[in-house]
Amino acid sequence: MTRVTTTQSEDAKSAKSKAPRDAFGTASKLTRVFGVAAFVLTSALLVFALVISPPEVIQGESVRLFYIHVPSAIVSLYLAFSITLVGSIIYLRKKSIFWDLMAGAAAEIGVIFCAITLITGMLWGRPTWGVYWKWDPRLTSTAVSFLLYVGYLAVRKLELPPHVRRQRAAILGIISFANLIIVRYSVQWWRSLHQGTTLDPVDTQLDGSMLFSFFLGMLAMIAIGAWLLVHRFRVAWMEERKAEQSLAAAIVERQSEGRS
Amino acid sequence: MDAVVLGLEDGWQYVVPGYAITFGLIGIYAVWVVRRGRKLSAELPDDERRFLD
Repeated sequence: MTRVTTTQSEDAKSAKSKAPRDAFGTASKLTRVFGVAAFVLTSALLVFALVISPPEVIQGESVRLFYIHVPSAIVSLYLAFSITLVGSIIYLRKKSIFWDLMAGAAAEIGVIFCAITLITGMLWGRPTWGVYWKWDPRLTSTAVSFLLYVGYLAVRKLELPPHVRRQRAAILGIISFANLIIVRYSVQWWRSLHQGTTLDPVDTQLDGSMLFSFFLGMLAMIAIGAWLLVHRFRVAWMEERKAEQSLAAAIVERQSEGRS
Repeated sequence: MDAVVLGLEDGWQYVVPGYAITFGLIGIYAVWVVRRGRKLSAELPDDERRFLD
């Protein structure tokens, strides 16, 4: 008996080692492309942002936070949460589970990058403004966005019938996006400590290695975000399949109990 | 020791934690997502992982 168990275990190990690498996990050619791009761009970003680019005349070394703070904000507030908005609208129109899962995956990544935006903003604010936090329109509206999307993720975990939960999450995904308009225009609508448009396409204040570092930061954060999004969506997809299997197994078990 | 002695004057004391938190947070989240994917993948039959096609 022991011999049989050992053989089965060895067979399982052998099958796992012979299986293609992608058979286990959420990796694929697409994620490898994003992964390599993220690694190369992040490495280049660290070299340019922390070594090659010069300190700023007024802000000194703390300007280096700019190369991760602004890209994180753009990936979070304008890219990830936009995907959540689009996914939510498509779900409500077509009841597409694909888009519901995509909206949830994008929101989770958006929350991570929004947290990074708030933390790096606070760390940049201390040497620039003298305080970590100020109830400034841009800061406050960004914090509200963070909380709204944390709430959105909480709604996705509610113990409700799946279609009801998805519908409520989609509605919240659309409502939450309205606050991003306030985030975007807060520096124009109210007096704010926070600077306005970072890069004016007509008259940019950045040049040379500082501008290059910023674009590296943008590309690195987009590549990281894309890599995370594909993986997280696939995890969500498998969670969905597993939940369906568990439900089907429970129904079969209940039916067999009823017959016996 | 203060920031000057450590060579962290001029804002480095904010830059270093900023980068460490940023890439630390992303790294922790990435490891969680990949590990969760591997765990779920091992529990599901091949035809339930069509997204890999």
